[in-house]
Amino acid sequence: MSVGIVGYGAYVPRYRIKVEEIAAIWGKNPEDYKKGLKVAEKSVPGVDEDAATIAVQCARNALDMTGIDPQNIGAVYVGSESHPYAVKPTGTIVAEAINATPELTSADYEFACKAGTAAMQVCMALVKSDMIEYGLAVGADTSQGRPGDALEYTAAAGGAAFLIGKDPLVEIEHTCSFTTDTPDFWRREGQEYPRHGARFTGEPAYFRHVISATKLLLDKTGTSINDYDFVVFHQPNGKFPLKAGKRLGIPPEKMLPGLLVNKIGNTYSGATPLGLAAILDQAEKGDRILATSFGSGAGSDSFALKVLKKIENPHPVKKYIENKKYLNYGEYVKHRRKIKM
Amino acid sequence: MEKVAIIGIGQTKFGEHWKYSLRDLMAEAGKKAVDDCGIAGKEIQAIYGGTMSAGRMIGQEHIGALIADAMGLTPIPSTRVENACASGGTALREAYLAVSGGHYDMVVAGGVEKMTDVYTDQASLALGGAADQEWEVFFGATFPSLYALIAKRHMYEYGTTEEQLARVAVKNHHNGALNPLAQFPFEVSIEQVMESPKVAEPLKLLDCSPITDGAAAVILANEETAKKIADTPVWINGSGQASDTLALHDRTNICTLNASVVAGKKAMKQAGVTPKQIDLAEVHDCFTIAEICAIEDLGFVKKGEGGKSMEDGMFDLNSSISINPSGGLKACGHPVGATGVKQAVEIAEHLRGEAGKRQVENVEIALTHNVGGSGASCVVHVFSRGGN
Amino acid sequence: MPHRKSLGLVWRRIPQRYRLMGTKCFTCGSHFFPPRPWCPKCRRKGKIEKHKMKGRGKIHSYTIVNVPQQGFDLEVPYILAIIELLEGPKLTAEITNTEPEHVSIGMPVKMVFRKISEDGDSGIIHYGYKFEPELKE
Repeated sequence: MSVGIVGYGAYVPRYRIKVEEIAAIWGKNPEDYKKGLKVAEKSVPGVDEDAATIAVQCARNALDMTGIDPQNIGAVYVGSESHPYAVKPTGTIVAEAINATPELTSADYEFACKAGTAAMQVCMALVKSDMIEYGLAVGADTSQGRPGDALEYTAAAGGAAFLIGKDPLVEIEHTCSFTTDTPDFWRREGQEYPRHGARFTGEPAYFRHVISATKLLLDKTGTSINDYDFVVFHQPNGKFPLKAGKRLGIPPEKMLPGLLVNKIGNTYSGATPLGLAAILDQAEKGDRILATSFGSGAGSDSFALKVLKKIENPHPVKKYIENKKYLNYGEYVKHRRKIKM
Repeated sequence: MEKVAIIGIGQTKFGEHWKYSLRDLMAEAGKKAVDDCGIAGKEIQAIYGGTMSAGRMIGQEHIGALIADAMGLTPIPSTRVENACASGGTALREAYLAVSGGHYDMVVAGGVEKMTDVYTDQASLALGGAADQEWEVFFGATFPSLYALIAKRHMYEYGTTEEQLARVAVKNHHNGALNPLAQFPFEVSIEQVMESPKVAEPLKLLDCSPITDGAAAVILANEETAKKIADTPVWINGSGQASDTLALHDRTNICTLNASVVAGKKAMKQAGVTPKQIDLAEVHDCFTIAEICAIEDLGFVKKGEGGKSMEDGMFDLNSSISINPSGGLKACGHPVGATGVKQAVEIAEHLRGEAGKRQVENVEIALTHNVGGSGASCVVHVFSRGGN
Repeated sequence: MPHRKSLGLVWRRIPQRYRLMGTKCFTCGSHFFPPRPWCPKCRRKGKIEKHKMKGRGKIHSYTIVNVPQQGFDLEVPYILAIIELLEGPKLTAEITNTEPEHVSIGMPVKMVFRKISEDGDSGIIHYGYKFEPELKE
């Protein structure tokens, strides 16, 4: 019996801020950032949103697609680097909101931007081993960059949820990971903003892990890039995934459907899941998808997926991307609660 | 049932009393009422004191005993009555029931609120206690916002306009300008109301009653006692009280305060009068829309016609029914627990012919209408002058 | 100091505030939100069971709040509405994800899960329902 995605749901808050608006505050040339990062604008959460509310919206959208009774969900895992509580799970909030409690297991994941895909792997294992019937894996973030830091241009909000079970819409044919201790980006306990290794985040971190995990997956499955119709990589900016793709010989057109960073910024734990959701919105029965996440610190999870059935009635990612309202910098700092009151 | 009359009245100036505490205010109103009817005080057998939120406003509960103490009336029984903004009216009714039931010959009904000993946001929070904390306030409702929801729906269903709402404030400020005890004794124009800061759309600052300190007291007696003491007793001919769902949203029709309808009918039925016979009414205009609803719910006009008839001046001083000659909650001020008792004080002044510049002519029958929360409680009393 | 809500006060309402858990009388078909433990129409003959509301409805009335409830300062001006659920009951909630000029009486809305308030920086976060305009797909 194959295991995979039985339903999925995504969510991006409707607020946006343009690179120009941020650059103007810090006296920078916006074109430098737009070219350097290939990001035009990023999503910003509403003042009443956090990683938990985003995760709930994603989970509800995922359940909406299916007729599954939430009481049959045996595990809820939320991956995020912006859990509302340092101690107290986000997963319990989500489980309660979707009426999945109390007979289930839950824990929160944190692995920078790949905590959501780590949650998918665990759900898959639990389903495969018959420990649970369905598992809910969510990647959701309302990431923060220090004002003035390069991260401020991209750190965004959004997420996606995957209901993992048997007899799926989309089979997860294989998954593998590539993990090392590489300190390219971190946030110490009690600190408000993360720090990063600037150019160090490139070669030894992002490229090494994404490329190695992807190669490992191709190796283990005996497939090549040509076998896949779509590819999605973690997208901290618009440049990195296409550059990694180029090195692996992936035609950009296979990556563009899942490349959302230009329009919404880096949604961290939500990034690869959102890219995958956008691909599923347009994928057809028989399509094969390769997805590789990246989490600083560092590791990548790679997935080989195959669409087994016609995907019906999703809440399309496009709907959320197109529904937007721009904020000025003042409104933005209010939304991100950067104003001391 | 014994006939009951108001034989003594007392009221403090309404406003911001920085120098006076709740105790001081209650003592002043009480003393005025005792002096008004020329008794010694020892004749009073029980006290009913209305206050809404002394615990939240000044940290003091046990207001019953405090009032007895402040008025020098210990050891007679003294009970606090709480029914949100209808606390005063309910205290009056409890006092009325005690005398009409024959338990006492003479009692005092008092009402008091000291609201300026906390910051405005704390006062608002305390007033929020009259709404449904779990299902309204938790979700961001404020008191003005609840009445704004009524106003918006009233405008939608009946075509009521913001200018018509403003007309209520203009009328009540006109009356309040003639009342020496009013908090805001000055006129306002439609334009001033319309241009005042928005509070909860469509309600603006000048659609709202203020935060006020103040107290009022009335002394009630049975017929035998009243006739001995008072030259011009003011008779309470009817008393009605009703309740409704705590949350506004639970009502079938949010533009009708059913508690007002029921309490009004009961009080008028007991008094044997119809709405047409009422010459003067003090109604609960915590917000301008509340007065529009009140005049409809009490049957002075049909539902939906309140705004238009207000605009036509039907409720101006000495028109067909003079509504809120005191200036209402809007201009006279709204020390929550005192309001319901103050309304009775105002009525008594008119029925005795002692209301000065704002005296309504030829008053025979008058009515008070005191609402708690967004209409979950309502108390209505009907009064008359003279022998009956 | 804002009025601090005790844990029990908030926790016991999670099923209603997170997922609109109400009740239904299977004798007369009436729905209740917040849940009623007995049917006021059928009284003794009523058969009350838990029932989750679908979270869809329309705006019965609304207001734009400029002077906020304490703890709602960041949201000013916010839209507060009475919403009539498809099942019949009405409730009070904020309308989020839109601007005042796009709101009208009768407008269809659906429930979303949002932060309502919080007990300061270190206390518990209070989540619950708000409503948003139905997004066109």
